Amino acid sequence: MKTYYNPDDLKNFGKIGEFQKPMADKFFEYYGEVFKEGALTAREKSLIALAVAHAIQCPYCIDAYTVDTMEKGCDEEQMMEAVHVAAAIRGGASLVHSTQMMNKVKEISM
Amino acid sequence: MKSLKAQQHPLSKIAYELEVLDAPVNGVKFADKLSESDLFPLKPTQIDILQINMGKMCNQVCKHCHVDAEPDRKEIMTKETMNQCLNVIKNSTIKTVDLTGGAPEMNPEFRWFIEEIRKISEDIEIIVRCNLTIILANPKYHDLPEFYRKHRLEVVSSLPYFTATKTDSQRGDGVFEKSIKALKMLNDAGYGKEDSELKLNLVYNPSGAFLPAEQSGLENEFKKRLKNGYEIEFNSLFTITNLPISRFLEYLLRSENFDNYMEKLLEAYNPVAAANVMCRNTISVGWDGFLYDCDFNQMLELKVDATSSQHISEWNQKALVEREIILKQHCFGCTAGAGSSCGGATA
Repeated sequence: MKTYYNPDDLKNFGKIGEFQKPMADKFFEYYGEVFKEGALTAREKSLIALAVAHAIQCPYCIDAYTVDTMEKGCDEEQMMEAVHVAAAIRGGASLVHSTQMMNKVKEISM
Repeated sequence: MKSLKAQQHPLSKIAYELEVLDAPVNGVKFADKLSESDLFPLKPTQIDILQINMGKMCNQVCKHCHVDAEPDRKEIMTKETMNQCLNVIKNSTIKTVDLTGGAPEMNPEFRWFIEEIRKISEDIEIIVRCNLTIILANPKYHDLPEFYRKHRLEVVSSLPYFTATKTDSQRGDGVFEKSIKALKMLNDAGYGKEDSELKLNLVYNPSGAFLPAEQSGLENEFKKRLKNGYEIEFNSLFTITNLPISRFLEYLLRSENFDNYMEKLLEAYNPVAAANVMCRNTISVGWDGFLYDCDFNQMLELKVDATSSQHISEWNQKALVEREIILKQHCFGCTAGAGSSCGGATA
């Protein structure tokens, strides 16, 4: 069955430079720098990436950062809490816009 | 859960296991990678560590066990073979004796053997790979912490995670709770304190088809969680990669993770880890006295490539130092990422 997403394509991420090398090189250099141990630990960054992967609903990123967080020593509870952070922000982002709806309702109501 | 041997599983036949492990990974053999790193043929540097398998009998049946150990295994080292080991310890350059199993404490001659090693040398380092639960398995084992302390053994114990769910899923129901009790007993005996000479080191291995976390970061996390949750202290955490043999190989094949896992090990090949593999300074002794490059080669029945010195009774240091180490695809497990050995990361 043909699908838009193929799990094997994740392995080819590094080959995007085939069509535009200088930009790909700059991107991967930046990417590597971002995930290095810094003010945040590599483990904390991996959990953030896992949460963001769910927020942007990227199947490749979810696969990659599920493995990465496990390889950083995180357990299922910590990983699911990270996803709940993403869900809370996404849900909150919708709900906080309800203030606009409420304002409009009040504006046009007697 | 039963051992592969008790199940008469095809992977309990060494010939079949070796056939599976002979397949190149993406066309690459382990020896090819070593050649790229100028390490082939792989030779020992010296022989510092004698790792002795006291027997395959164990009170636990862990899902990933490379020994395929369980309570019903009968293979146990005899006193005669132990005497041959003592002779080597007395007359060689061995600095460390590393006792493993199964549960080494289940060998009825375990305590006698340690007392005899201590008679030879007060200084030689003796490591016992204690699975923790053995201490609580029977009243006759309750005084083990005191026995370890008396003979100044270093205790190395597996604890795959600081939660019950992950630990029990790998090592069996109730293992985490018993392990915590045993760790408290070891702490009470003086083990694991920051400045204590009585070393208590824990071993982490991933509970699935992925690589271990960075050792020092995970050690900090373990220390924090075990101290805050259970008032337990320990010295170091060793991160170990699961090697694709025996029960872990069976899991990889059954879960269709084998190809991806082998590719992962290949991609993570680290030449620094390759230069520091433990087989370069260790000889592994089987329960029946035969000699191997490591505990994994022992389980694959790949005896050392030194025809004049394949048994502890015919120990020939020169022949062993000059031998070539036998390599198969499972060796990729020791060279992936930060490397893996019985003492943890190597790079």
